Amino acid sequence: MKKTREEKILTFLFILPSVILIAVFVYGFIAWTGWISLTKWKDVIPDFTFVGFKNYIDLFQNLRFQISFKNILVFTVLFLVASIAIGLLLAILLDRKVRFENVFRSIYLFPMAISFIVTGVVWRWMLNPGTAITGSLGINMLLDKIGLGFLKSGWYTDPNVGIKAVVIPAVWQMSGYVMAMYLAGIRGIPQELSEAAQVDGANNWQVYRYIILPLLQPITLGAVIILTHISLKIFDLVVAMTGAGVGFSCDVPALFMYDTTFRGNFFAQGAAIATILLIFVAILIIPYLRHGLKGGS
Amino acid sequence: MKNFKGLSLLVSVLLVLTLGTLAFSQEKGKIEIFSWWTAGGEAEGLQALFDIYSKLYPDIEIINATVAGGAGTNAKAVLKTRMLGGDPPDTFQVHAGKELIDTWVKTEFMEPLTDLFQSEGWVDVMPKGILDIVSYEGSYWSVPVNIHRANVLWYNKQVFADNGLNPPQTFAEFFEVADKLQEKGIIPFVLGTKDGWEAGHVFETILIAKLGAEGYRGLWTGATKWSDPRVTEALETFKKMFSYINPDHSAFTWDEAYEYIIDGKGAMSIMGDWVAGYFFSKEYTDFGWAPVPETAGIFDALSDSFGLPKGCKNRDNVINFLKVLGSKEGQEAFNLKKGSIPARTDINKDLFGDYQKSVMEDWQKDAIVPSVMHGAAAAEGWVTEYKDVIALFVARPDVEVTQKALVQVAERAGIAQ
Repeated sequence: MKKTREEKILTFLFILPSVILIAVFVYGFIAWTGWISLTKWKDVIPDFTFVGFKNYIDLFQNLRFQISFKNILVFTVLFLVASIAIGLLLAILLDRKVRFENVFRSIYLFPMAISFIVTGVVWRWMLNPGTAITGSLGINMLLDKIGLGFLKSGWYTDPNVGIKAVVIPAVWQMSGYVMAMYLAGIRGIPQELSEAAQVDGANNWQVYRYIILPLLQPITLGAVIILTHISLKIFDLVVAMTGAGVGFSCDVPALFMYDTTFRGNFFAQGAAIATILLIFVAILIIPYLRHGLKGGS
Repeated sequence: MKNFKGLSLLVSVLLVLTLGTLAFSQEKGKIEIFSWWTAGGEAEGLQALFDIYSKLYPDIEIINATVAGGAGTNAKAVLKTRMLGGDPPDTFQVHAGKELIDTWVKTEFMEPLTDLFQSEGWVDVMPKGILDIVSYEGSYWSVPVNIHRANVLWYNKQVFADNGLNPPQTFAEFFEVADKLQEKGIIPFVLGTKDGWEAGHVFETILIAKLGAEGYRGLWTGATKWSDPRVTEALETFKKMFSYINPDHSAFTWDEAYEYIIDGKGAMSIMGDWVAGYFFSKEYTDFGWAPVPETAGIFDALSDSFGLPKGCKNRDNVINFLKVLGSKEGQEAFNLKKGSIPARTDINKDLFGDYQKSVMEDWQKDAIVPSVMHGAAAAEGWVTEYKDVIALFVARPDVEVTQKALVQVAERAGIAQ
């Protein structure tokens, strides 16, 4: 069906407002942030003197930034691996036609409906190790009671654990979501494929290893993208749960950005951190989008 | 199709009209007061002020815009976005000193209040020390509601009596006391460091102890170098002090950590006298206090104040509120709850508890130095970087590296070293 000229104009007009809004409020502000990161603005009054990449160079020499950058990489890797492994495992278990499947599915999925702030506050108390005087608290107390006392840890109060302790609530919250994605994926695979494999003599393990898992690859890719971009810009969970932690052992770039921009008035430095985060997310997302667009057409 | 186009045109015209009327309609009978007073003691103090204001102006609705977080760590960020975005709250809490002057006054966000200071007679009843830090280029810029002392050593009296201990006056004594407490299974030194500023606060008081009033003031003006051996000594002392701390310090905000002292599981802490307000609100009275070791005779001061931002929506209501803040009645009601002392010197001292009476005496006779962690001594950028260096020192107690970092931070703030 061919569109009339009038319809074409009308379509264009309907899209126009959102195009303008996105151009200004997304891309315009990204460009503005990029520009700010090249100036020497460090007061509540803007100073647009151009200084080139000085802010970026300073940033990579800044000890707090180095620590927070390393933290976010550690966090992302652990968070991704754990969420995907646990999500996949739950999905496979649920797919075995367990009784009360709906109930379990809801239980696993519920944490996702909670705000990271709530999760952060609750886990701050649960992972509070306690002291010699108060005795163990929270999870440590539980470990003591069930005879696994050797697993006790200082959690986020121990600078050697730091950000790794924040991975626990993040995985708790997001693995249910990964499970839902995988479960949908598994259910979308035609039964005939596994049945055919079983007729050929494949056991359960082989069905999963050679039929189901390879077919779930697009889902894994999607999960990796979604989780990584949540992870790279994580802020609320860290703020509510730990703050920057002992010696910045729980610090992340987004928290440093907030601190330096709004507490220290180093607007240019904050913009530089934002730009670095954007570049990292873009490195990840753009290949995915290209892949997705090609696949779609 | 034609009808539809007509309809959408109508909708957009209506939308424009509604937005227009909204923008022009005058909001009357409201005042929005922005602060970070949410913890025990401070919240009650603020409420006491509201009560007086409501009695005087019953028709005005008070909007209590608070953002939680000690030392205003989060509130300041929210305030900044609002001020820069052209949506200032009607009045807001700000630390008198550099934080007020450098961030908001020099940048021309505030209206001067000199007329109000004169007509209300505050110039005569507030001491020069406090008037100086709210003035810039001959005008007054905010109304101080209280004075806080930052260099206070708090301790549990019962614990000290049970173990036959006296509050330490030097750091040598402090460490002796700490060793004895540790043997008894009591946490010698309690602190909550979750918000990141608390270690910087403690370190500032140690700097005062090691450098003296003059030396400490000089750090912020360039008269004292950060490479000074006395700064090294302060770092060494701080490092040793943190070896006696509750190991879960990063799990708590300052107020949460004080449960250890109330329960008698912890013995000492260094913090400002908002702790007194917190203890009052918990109905805990068995606390003792002393100046931080080696700082007797020095008063590390900060003051909360409220100003009048340009372009606020309810200017008249704000001026009335500022009058309540500066009034005798307002200052008494607020400070009784908050644990601080009034900025005015003509108040009725008998209303106050022993702690506040002793602070009032010290305020009159001690050498006054400005607190850095609470915005009086240095601009916000410097404070933030100073705070980060000290927070890092807690986990990586390398004295040499940290001192170098402190020197760099001062240089970046424009103070030649």
